[in-house]
Amino acid sequence: MEAVAAAAPARKGGRLARLFGAYGQELVILGALLALMVVSGTVNRRFLGENNLNSIFSGNAYVAVAAIGMSMVIIAGHIDVSVGSLIGVLATISGTLAVRGYPIWVAWLASVLVGIAVEAFTGALIAYARIPAIVVTLGMLSILKGGLISATQGAWITNLPPGFLLAQFRFLGILSPVWFAAVLTVLAALWMRYTAVGRSIYAIGGNPDAARAAGIQTRPTVVLVFAIHGFFAGIAAVLFGTQLQVIQSTVPPNLELNVITASVIGGVSILGGTGTVIGSTLAAVLFGAIGSSLIFLNVSAYWLKAVLGLMILATVLADMARRSRAS
Amino acid sequence: MPTSLRRLLRHETILAALVVVALVVLATQSERFFTAANILNQGRLMAEAGLVALTMTFVIITGGIDLSVGSILGLAAILVGVLWKNLGLALPVAMVLAVGAGGLAGLVNGLIVTRFKVPPLIATLATLALYRGLAEGISQSRSVRGYPEWFYALGQGDAAGMPVQVWILLVATVAAAGILGLTTFGRATYAVGANETAARFSGVAVDRTRLLIYTASGLMSGLAAVIFVSRVTTTRSDMGSGLELDVITAVVLGGTSIFGGKGTVVGTVLGLVLIQALRSGLSLAGVKGDGTIVVIGLVLIGAILVSNVFGRDGDG
Repeated sequence: MEAVAAAAPARKGGRLARLFGAYGQELVILGALLALMVVSGTVNRRFLGENNLNSIFSGNAYVAVAAIGMSMVIIAGHIDVSVGSLIGVLATISGTLAVRGYPIWVAWLASVLVGIAVEAFTGALIAYARIPAIVVTLGMLSILKGGLISATQGAWITNLPPGFLLAQFRFLGILSPVWFAAVLTVLAALWMRYTAVGRSIYAIGGNPDAARAAGIQTRPTVVLVFAIHGFFAGIAAVLFGTQLQVIQSTVPPNLELNVITASVIGGVSILGGTGTVIGSTLAAVLFGAIGSSLIFLNVSAYWLKAVLGLMILATVLADMARRSRAS
Repeated sequence: MPTSLRRLLRHETILAALVVVALVVLATQSERFFTAANILNQGRLMAEAGLVALTMTFVIITGGIDLSVGSILGLAAILVGVLWKNLGLALPVAMVLAVGAGGLAGLVNGLIVTRFKVPPLIATLATLALYRGLAEGISQSRSVRGYPEWFYALGQGDAAGMPVQVWILLVATVAAAGILGLTTFGRATYAVGANETAARFSGVAVDRTRLLIYTASGLMSGLAAVIFVSRVTTTRSDMGSGLELDVITAVVLGGTSIFGGKGTVVGTVLGLVLIQALRSGLSLAGVKGDGTIVVIGLVLIGAILVSNVFGRDGDG
């Protein structure tokens, strides 16, 4: 039922209660983000300085972009634990092409196209060979990770052409990853809410049999969802790989967990059928902000992960409490 | 398909055949593969993941998952070092407390899953970050070395011609297989995973079963941590990271359904052996460690694909 509530275009009245009902988790995350900004900014002015805000928003934008696709996959009732390895592979492919002198748009496009191809294949194994998503993507994780290290031997890619470093471009004074994350989130949210295909993703995740009975082509839709997820992974890889002057040709550690966590904390139910990509983007930014604020609040770097883990747990428990009250 | 043929083609049989084929092929690639020394050494390397995989089999049969096992291993490992070296406790006490801390971490997972109804994937995703964070915070990312000589017997010593931890793994495997296959608790485990509501109405203590299983998973990760520390002679806070994926791969490869309600300890052991044989055999045949990861991934997908094609029994 929550899927219907979240997706129904019925909040024209702008009633606060109805808004909270439809976007409860998103508002909780937004509130937490604002509270964190105010508290950290009061304690340490430099937290709200331009440099730090840039690093919070821009530095975590690739997680947010990847989490858009992950949210769609989870809403459709599946999961992808290979996305971190895939992003490592795609960033390496893109950087290698750029260094070898291919036109820069080819290097960028290759990341997106290979991302789509790999995830469409993954989706096909899930939809047509009927292997559970966690099994397929565990296998893909090994294949991509092992393949990447075998191919590169961990050598760093240096001497990237300046024109390739997309993540360092600015538009209207704001770094490009922020634009990508914001624009893609809005487009994806509108697409999922107002198009038939977008709505059918909720239907498949909510109840696959009912979706099939309602005439939704569930199998092609699952492949499509994974292909779209690959598209976002491709963009995330370019943003990730162009942050610095080098690409490390390794799999970023725990990236898949960060992406899945952003989706889930953002309100996407792991059981499928509910959630929005707005929540996952806000959650990705929130994690970046928490990490940064702990540094500004002088919490020992060694305790960072523990505090972050506690906060994730608190958010999950609060969400479960809110849901059980709502139902 | 006649029942006998279907039974013949069940997942464990296919997997056992695959293990045999892999062993034969790998043995032709290197003379050192089928030596007693290599096989015993592989058993030593397999023990930690093997122990955790046994309890993970129970967890997955209940329809759950425990992603935090690697972090619990890391936390228990640094506790051995910190309790002994920094707090000055006797080493045996530190070892027991570390295993106990693993059990406590598992109990917390179980409470979050049963009391707060948080899906296990999310609950253990959160505690994965939390426990690893505690390990980093408590150890301040410093390693502890210089344990007394007797301590290394656990991870490096032999007993009656076999590595000590292989004995531990054997005993634990027999116990796990017995509990899962022969006891009421084992039946309850399957019942919870197959249909929770039906299990509840049949009088199965669903929450207590889950709680015990997650606690056992934590305890086993703690035990694996002590063996790990003894084997590598040092503690570091990043120990066991990525263990969850290795363990889940072995369990799923062994035919335990990720949806719950189906699976055996025998299957898990076959999955473990296949993975370890591939690791050892391919590296002896000259394939680099990263290449073997690729093969393990392919085998995982391939094995489930084949067993889906043969063993269509309605789920999937």
